[in-house]
Parts: sequence; C-alpha cells; structure tokens
Amino acid sequence: MGLTLTHFVVLGAVLFCIGLYGALTKRNAIAILMSIEIMLNAVNITLIAFSFFNHVKPYSNLLTGQIFAIFIITVAAAEAALALAMIIAIYRKRQTVDVGEIDMLKW
Amino acid sequence: MDLASLIFWIIAVVLVAAALVVVGQRNIVHSALALVVVFAMASGIFLLLNAEFIAIVQILIYAGAVTILILFALMLTRIAGQRVTNPNTRPLAMAVALVVSALVGLGIIFAATVSQFAQSAPAAQLLQGTVCSLPSNNVIAIGQLLYSPSCYSYVLPFEIATVVLLVAIVGAIVISREEE
Repeated sequence: MGLTLTHFVVLGAVLFCIGLYGALTKRNAIAILMSIEIMLNAVNITLIAFSFFNHVKPYSNLLTGQIFAIFIITVAAAEAALALAMIIAIYRKRQTVDVGEIDMLKW
Repeated sequence: MDLASLIFWIIAVVLVAAALVVVGQRNIVHSALALVVVFAMASGIFLLLNAEFIAIVQILIYAGAVTILILFALMLTRIAGQRVTNPNTRPLAMAVALVVSALVGLGIIFAATVSQFAQSAPAAQLLQGTVCSLPSNNVIAIGQLLYSPSCYSYVLPFEIATVVLLVAIVGAIVISREEE
C-alpha cells in the first residue's frame, strides 16, 4: 500500500483547521457545534491512523487508538445532546442563538 | 497508484470539500446536510484503516443521530434571518481566524512529519495488566479490549463513560424542559 501515516495525519490536520476556522468565525451557536464535530472527527482519523500504522509500540498493537476514538465518540454524542439542549433553552429565554448576543457571563 | 491510494484520495478530496462547504455555506441547513457527507466520508477513511467497528458506529451515531439532533435544533430555533449564519461583516476578524487556523494546522503538520518525534515514537511500557492475544476480527478485539475482566482492558473507563452518558441524558432533559 502506497499510503503512509503522513497522508492520514495531514488529512486530519487539514480537517482540524477547517473546523477551527468555522468555530472561530461562525456566529450561530449550532454552526459552532457543527464545526466542533468536524474537529473531533479529525482527531479520530489521526488516532485510528496511529493505531493502524503501528507507530507507537506496543500500544498500537492493542488498538488503543480505536478505543480512544470510541470514547471520543461517546463524549461527543453526550456533548452534542447537552449543547443543543442548552441552545434551545437559551433560545426560549432570549429569542436568539447568536453567540455575540449571549454575553450574560462576560466579565 | 494502487487501489487503496486511489480510494484514499477520492475520499480525502470529497471530505475536505464537504468540510469547506460546512464552514463556508451561508445557509445553515445546507451546512447541516454537508455535515452528513463529512461524517460518511470519515467513515470511509476508518474502513480504509481496518477499523470496521468504528466506521459502523460513525454512521450510526454521527450521520444518524447527531445530524438529526442538529436538524431538530435548527427547526426549534428558527427565527427570521436566522438561516444566514455567517454574515461576513468583519473581514479583519475573518482574516485573523484564517491565519490562526492556518498556523495551528502548519504546527500540527510540522509536529507529525518533520520533527524528531515523528521519526521514532519513544518506546512505551504498558502500565498494568496481562496482555492477552487479540483475535483478528476487529469487533471481537474491541469487545475484548473494552470489557474483558482478566486481560488488559478498559473496563473502568467504559463504566465511567456509561455514567457520563446517563448524566448527559438526564441533564439534557432537565435543561430543555419547558417550565410551567
């Protein structure tokens, strides 16, 4: 196979940057959540690539990257459910999901 | 170019293009639909890396549940003008965000390809436990690594993850409940 670890790590890095750019520029809280999901996926790709290419002995043999990816997916699902519940609660109180206007806890 | 490389490049190009659509699209419903493509293509990458179980879980949880959850939240928070998420009114802020993300990306790529840690990862030692030989079937191997009481496994983190999920479910219900 002509693919190396570098291919997957660079793909993960590019995806992480796209997600980071979205999380920094978007103003809708739901769009920020979507960008964060892209970043988590980029990290999962990197972890599973390290597991597959047996780069970190002896942990790669034990599929540690895949186990970590499973825990990341678990926490991401919990985070998505909680964040969306919070967004809906904020929307009910203040009629907005723009993160620039939700500044009650600022300073 | 062999078949695996060809598949990798096709998936990678579609993946990055869909991610760019997610962050660049002004209509948030289109972003949410492009997010499904991102998750499906990431699942293809996982299949390419022999992680069949995670590929299936990715489809089930991300492309299925999380996207539906996001679409429901969009539906419940719809107000006039809210469809446009990215007003693009402050080009300076956008440029700063672009530079910051590009620098972070270059840093990651440098650390992963050029720096000394990329050439040889330091040899580690397992902290505890007796290591059993893993079956070649990916799903069975992950099951053994997650639950096995006698071999090297992640039983305790797994139990903590279940508590996290329970707390998240109860918390989501409590937070989003309508108050009388």
